[in-house]
Amino acid sequence: MAVNVIKPGLSTTVQDLGRPGYYHIGIPLSGAMDRLAAKAANWLVGNKEGAAVLEAVFMGPELKFTEEATVAVTGAELPPKVDGEVRDTWTSFKVKKGQTLSFDFLKKGARAYIAISGGIDVPVVLGSRSTYALGALGGFTGRKLEAGDKLPVGKGRAVKEGRSVPEKLRRGPGQPAELRMIPGLYWHRITEAAGKQFLADTWKVANEADRIGYRFKGGKPLEFVAREQPFGAGSDPSNIVDACYPYGSIQIPSGTEPIVLHRDAVSGGGYFMVGAVISADMDLIGQMQPNTPARFVEVTMAQALKARKDRAKLIEKIKAGL
Amino acid sequence: MKTRYSYGGDEHIFVECDEEMSLEAFFKSLSITTAVKKARIKGVTEICPANASFQIKFNPDVIKPSDMLKELKAIEKQAAKSKPVIKSRIIEIPVLYNDPWTHETLMRFRERHQDPSSTDIEYTARINNLDGVDGFVKAHSGAPWFVSMVGFVAGLPFLYQMVDRQRQIQSPKYLRPRTDTPKLTVGHGGCFGCIYSVRGAGGYQMFGITPVPIYDPNQKIKHLKDFMCLFRPGDIVKWKPIDREEYDSTVAAVEKGRFNLKMKDVTFDLNEFKKDMDGTNAKLMGALNGR
Repeated sequence: MAVNVIKPGLSTTVQDLGRPGYYHIGIPLSGAMDRLAAKAANWLVGNKEGAAVLEAVFMGPELKFTEEATVAVTGAELPPKVDGEVRDTWTSFKVKKGQTLSFDFLKKGARAYIAISGGIDVPVVLGSRSTYALGALGGFTGRKLEAGDKLPVGKGRAVKEGRSVPEKLRRGPGQPAELRMIPGLYWHRITEAAGKQFLADTWKVANEADRIGYRFKGGKPLEFVAREQPFGAGSDPSNIVDACYPYGSIQIPSGTEPIVLHRDAVSGGGYFMVGAVISADMDLIGQMQPNTPARFVEVTMAQALKARKDRAKLIEKIKAGL
Repeated sequence: MKTRYSYGGDEHIFVECDEEMSLEAFFKSLSITTAVKKARIKGVTEICPANASFQIKFNPDVIKPSDMLKELKAIEKQAAKSKPVIKSRIIEIPVLYNDPWTHETLMRFRERHQDPSSTDIEYTARINNLDGVDGFVKAHSGAPWFVSMVGFVAGLPFLYQMVDRQRQIQSPKYLRPRTDTPKLTVGHGGCFGCIYSVRGAGGYQMFGITPVPIYDPNQKIKHLKDFMCLFRPGDIVKWKPIDREEYDSTVAAVEKGRFNLKMKDVTFDLNEFKKDMDGTNAKLMGALNGR
């Protein structure tokens, strides 16, 4: 079966849980920015957690179904409508042959995950169906959806309508969002006072916030420890000899605006990093809109691993409830 | 050279082999990452060598970060004993220097450059005491370059000039990054050269353009059928200056599937190179040209 794209939304891409194993040649993981939401959407419609879904940013697409399917929308509060009639998010519903799925305005969050029973059946490239738009790789011909696209959908299994994830198991960023991070990498490049100030400041998500990275502004510029720049690094005190960038790493070019790299990260470059956001909080970033206030909260490795376990338990609970 | 270990969040270990760039630091990174690959440590998902550092991504549910760190430190000790010799490939990349497309782009972003009154080549030639554009082309294409990292975006090689430090071309990045760079631009930032594999943002100086694709996600281009990215760390690149006519004919040949990439397998020995750079380079060139 196929789903016809009437309107593509702002930036709607096919994503699954990503493409590990190619970061050493600059091809990033990609995949859903909010992995918990993508998994939940798949389980709601009877798919495996790694089936390909649509990730819609700020605005939903308009899709016409050529066959009946079960659908669920999770992540951002972007209310789905079937032939104009509103359905609940985080809840499975049927879309019949010939019906149109569209969306109301965004109420909360930034990215909605649209799972269709059977999964989006674009070709698997390097082990994944995820779109890496910068490299024109994977997904629907390597790009975001456009009007007129015909999205292939796999064969699903019959699941009930009205299956739902309880509200207390849905997770989103707070106000301000608290992003837990482990200081490290090139943290020693800034002064002790600058480190304290970085953690004390309330930042705001800037407009340049996408799948590659999220930029933050509004904090005070950071002071560097003076040094003679090493050979090959470049003259700015924020420069290093070009190195790998971890996912979630926080680079601060010129010490002014931090950028947290996300699923479509550039794999390396010449800016120093003060540490990395922990894996348990990466999903939250994907749900932050521009201007969302945010703080970076220092944690230890032990705390990071505890948070990771808690998140895994939450995901298990969602799965067990369905 | 002091190795520095750091966690990158709970899923990465970042290892700086040296603060400054050198081929020794690169070889240390390459030998450790090669050993990590061979060790097949459970839970390791990405092994990424870089210029003078490397990074391991792992699943902390499978291996504890502290255990991962122990493994790496043990491997570092062993790898220090390995000889800095690698099997490599020398690849000829034709370049149209001072081409119209990067010229158009650099003029468009002139106000973001250190010297708005000259081009990127003119500026870089001047600050490196080279004799204008011709002197620059001679210095840039005279000796081979080492692929010391692949990344930033898909398949982009970072290149390190194989001459002593005094002769290495150095040039700062743009004051503010451009929002556009033509695909296959030959660029330069700090001491590193690069080839932009895709069109997009960039901060490196722009010197020319190659007609040879280095990344093809559709794997249609002849020399990219086996894998979509041409370069891997440890490759050696030789630039070949070409004129507009050869550029056009090469583009046409690539399109028709008739372009044959000039590439030869070679062995590279860092100690031999350090003893006699020009002699080693001459041998590499000989291998490339079938002598």
